[in-house]
Amino acid sequence: MKHVTRKATRHVNQNEGLIFEKSSPGKAAWKLPLLDVPEVNTAKLLGTAERKDVGHMPEVSEIEIIRHFTRLSTWNYAIDLGMYPLGSCTMKYNPRVNEVVARLEGLANGHPYQPEKISQGALRILKTLTECLLEITGMDAITLQPAAGAHGELAGLLMVRAYHHAKGNPRKKVLIPDSAHGTNPATAAMVGYSVENLKSNERGMVEVSALEAQMNEDVAALMLTNPNTLGVFEQEIHTIAEIMHAKGGLLYMDGANMNALVGKVRPGDFGVDVMHLNLHKTFSTPHGGGGPGSGPVAVKQALEPFLPKPVVVNKSDGTLAFEYNRPQSVGRVRSFYGNFGMFVRALAYILANGPDGLRQTTEDAVLNANYIRKGLEGVYDLPYSTPSMHEVVFSDKLQAKKGVKTMDIAKRLIDYGFHPYTTAFPLIVPGALMIEPTESEGKEEMDLFVEAMKSIAEEVEEDAQTVLDAPHTTRVSRLDETAAARKPVLRWKPA
Amino acid sequence: MRYLPKSPADREAILKAIGARSIDDLFAPIPAEYRLNRDLKIPRQMAESEIVDWFRQRSKENGLDYTSFLGAGAYMHYRPVIIDSLISRGEFLTAYTPYQAEISQGTLQAIFEFQTMICELTGMEVANASMYDGSTATAEAAMMAVRVTGRSSVVVAQSLHPEYREVLATYAHHQGMPLVTGGFTDAGRLNLKELEQSITPDTACVLIQSPNFFGTVEDVAALGEIAHQHGALLVVSIAEAVSLGIVEPPREADIVAMEAQSFGVPLGFGGPYCGVIATREKFVRHMPGRLAGQTTDRNGKRGFVLTLATREQHIRREKATSNICTNQALVALMVNIFMTVYGKVGLRELAKQNLAKTAYAADQFGRHARVLFPGAPRFNEFVVETSEDPYVINSRLLGHKLVGGLPLKKFYPELGNAALWCCTEMTTRTAIDTAVGMLAESEAEEPSGEHAVEEVAR
Repeated sequence: MKHVTRKATRHVNQNEGLIFEKSSPGKAAWKLPLLDVPEVNTAKLLGTAERKDVGHMPEVSEIEIIRHFTRLSTWNYAIDLGMYPLGSCTMKYNPRVNEVVARLEGLANGHPYQPEKISQGALRILKTLTECLLEITGMDAITLQPAAGAHGELAGLLMVRAYHHAKGNPRKKVLIPDSAHGTNPATAAMVGYSVENLKSNERGMVEVSALEAQMNEDVAALMLTNPNTLGVFEQEIHTIAEIMHAKGGLLYMDGANMNALVGKVRPGDFGVDVMHLNLHKTFSTPHGGGGPGSGPVAVKQALEPFLPKPVVVNKSDGTLAFEYNRPQSVGRVRSFYGNFGMFVRALAYILANGPDGLRQTTEDAVLNANYIRKGLEGVYDLPYSTPSMHEVVFSDKLQAKKGVKTMDIAKRLIDYGFHPYTTAFPLIVPGALMIEPTESEGKEEMDLFVEAMKSIAEEVEEDAQTVLDAPHTTRVSRLDETAAARKPVLRWKPA
Repeated sequence: MRYLPKSPADREAILKAIGARSIDDLFAPIPAEYRLNRDLKIPRQMAESEIVDWFRQRSKENGLDYTSFLGAGAYMHYRPVIIDSLISRGEFLTAYTPYQAEISQGTLQAIFEFQTMICELTGMEVANASMYDGSTATAEAAMMAVRVTGRSSVVVAQSLHPEYREVLATYAHHQGMPLVTGGFTDAGRLNLKELEQSITPDTACVLIQSPNFFGTVEDVAALGEIAHQHGALLVVSIAEAVSLGIVEPPREADIVAMEAQSFGVPLGFGGPYCGVIATREKFVRHMPGRLAGQTTDRNGKRGFVLTLATREQHIRREKATSNICTNQALVALMVNIFMTVYGKVGLRELAKQNLAKTAYAADQFGRHARVLFPGAPRFNEFVVETSEDPYVINSRLLGHKLVGGLPLKKFYPELGNAALWCCTEMTTRTAIDTAVGMLAESEAEEPSGEHAVEEVAR
């Protein structure tokens, strides 16, 4: 047989260089309209400020751009492909009608400074969403300005500080349970508070006696996630609130897990003074590979004067307006009014659900987490037997005996077609496997997931190396993160 | 509910498998006195068609079909259609933060390309994967300068976007970070003499915007020299990214904090936008926000990961460089695609059209009113001072479906009847001529072209 050089490899979806590597002078994907005013002499207008060269920017055609990003996209896992059981992240379905309404011309092209007279549509959306979120949380007032959950924490703690300051003493520290998200202590530090750790008890909840001992007039607030990061509802929440309030402190609720409560119980009813919501978790706005999010902060009446400005108000003529005259406000945390496009999406989600849909959604989320828990109990170690709400945390204790850690199991899960669960968080569970199916999974998908997890547990016993070397089916195998951090290469450079 | 994939029979089967009698069993951990035993008082469940109708109505009430001369930190540029085609792919839209690198290479490589292009355009050596917006990026850049220098105070140009200054003030309040404001000259630029006097041995950085809030290009080289002479950093905020196509980037800056909304992000009534911080390599460990880096897999194949995470809150907790977690990834992808579409030549040509439209408009307005700050180059915004209240002029324009420039008295009462006008490649000559005509109705006939304004400006 004649020798043939086989050049054909599976290039589609597998190989795609950097866009810079496809660039060559003269290719273009743009065309400007005809200029209807006189050309200008740029040198004359700008002098030494004129830029002559924009650097190594790509020059490519439109089809190349489409293929480039389409190919890149195929290297991502996504909710649209299957279950994404990342605990604490709430990877639920992102409804497509949300995307359609957010792109309606008047909303997508509205300028933040256009006169209020022609902004009534946007203001009505802000107002309607506000009313819905206040009813859902049982709180009294809200700001939509923060751009993400951590940003909401910042706004919330700024209000806490302003509240105490107005009473004559801003106080010194914030209590944070050892199971909390890392953003909580990082935020407290930004607001000038020192952080005091609060130990969890053997049931995974706040130890009330410890709180009682640590609570004093130096403590501004307790930042509590409820359900907490173990997926456990803090059953003594009211006692916790009472202890805080008795000494003049405030109860801050991290609303990252609000999807376990909507329509079933309201934080405002169980003693919370200030809380943030993550519209990109509970209210279905897409995660988009890491953002944008949106982190509204709801407060009780006593904190209302301190809300970031502006706030939306009703005018006597029935129209809506922004109110800027807020002398006790903590100020602005972001330009304009926040991530408006996310408000549109979250409101569309709320309208699609209504009261019955939201309640069913919460019930299904909790039902699903408990189904997974039941399916994997005994196969993986369950460090806390306390009842689970919307997520369940196992540990790698049984598998670690064979030298297999939570990250290895997570990587092997990829080979079974699932995104990994959250690894190594919360910190109070060594080797944590934090699983949150959300309401968006049907029974079949969860059965497959449980089967996959059981199968991996068997592999650990029979052939641990297969798990340790996973994933085996991805475009790239495990990446060298240590090398990436030791000698960072953070941009492409021309050869 | 149409988003939920379970039949009543499925629910029953799951309850049975769990060993629960009813769903209420699962909510038993919530103390009974707090359980909500009624429907939430929110609108009833709507059909998809009803939702679309409701928002379509809101869209109609929201400036649909108006032509606007507003800029001031939010710019109307054309968005190539492929941006939305590409970001609507579920693999981008519905993916999480790329912590699991093996199944997130698409997002990670896109971020790496984004970081590269931001570096090229800003003249910096490293750029992060995004911040919330220009205002928070600017505030965090100032805090970063404090960490880098070990000094505590900041000199802020009054010509920095007023809302960016408000956000900075909010952030600085509890950081023990005193803010000193530096005024502007008749040319609309930061007053260098005043700056010299404001800088102290405790000044961590001089914080400016260029082109500044008035559209004026600052003398970045001179400002860098003054800041550096005093051991302070120069932090430059850029609100109008398209300016980078034709205006020299702030190469003398130590940190650039930018708003990339102009690069393909809808105005969207103020958000979501895309902040970015770019800086020198030597400062990277002081930088907030996520970073993608290149590495190799076990077979030596090129791949990308999130890196230098030891700066971040999920590792370092209260000692982190910032509390930021979620950023603006999908918006950064829009920016990325926009930069790729226009590329090396297109960005310059696009910026040039903005320059030409603005030069024409400033010249036309200058025939009937005073165009302030004539002594320095500007990009696509300019300040017009009228004898008539700009709010009155604007309400007249509104009747003709035109949105006039932003009256500045709210932010700069000392500028009186001044308004900030913006023209982009989207602004037609017809719109400019109509606006000028309507403004001229009330202004005195006396010729006060731009060249004649100097002695009366400020």
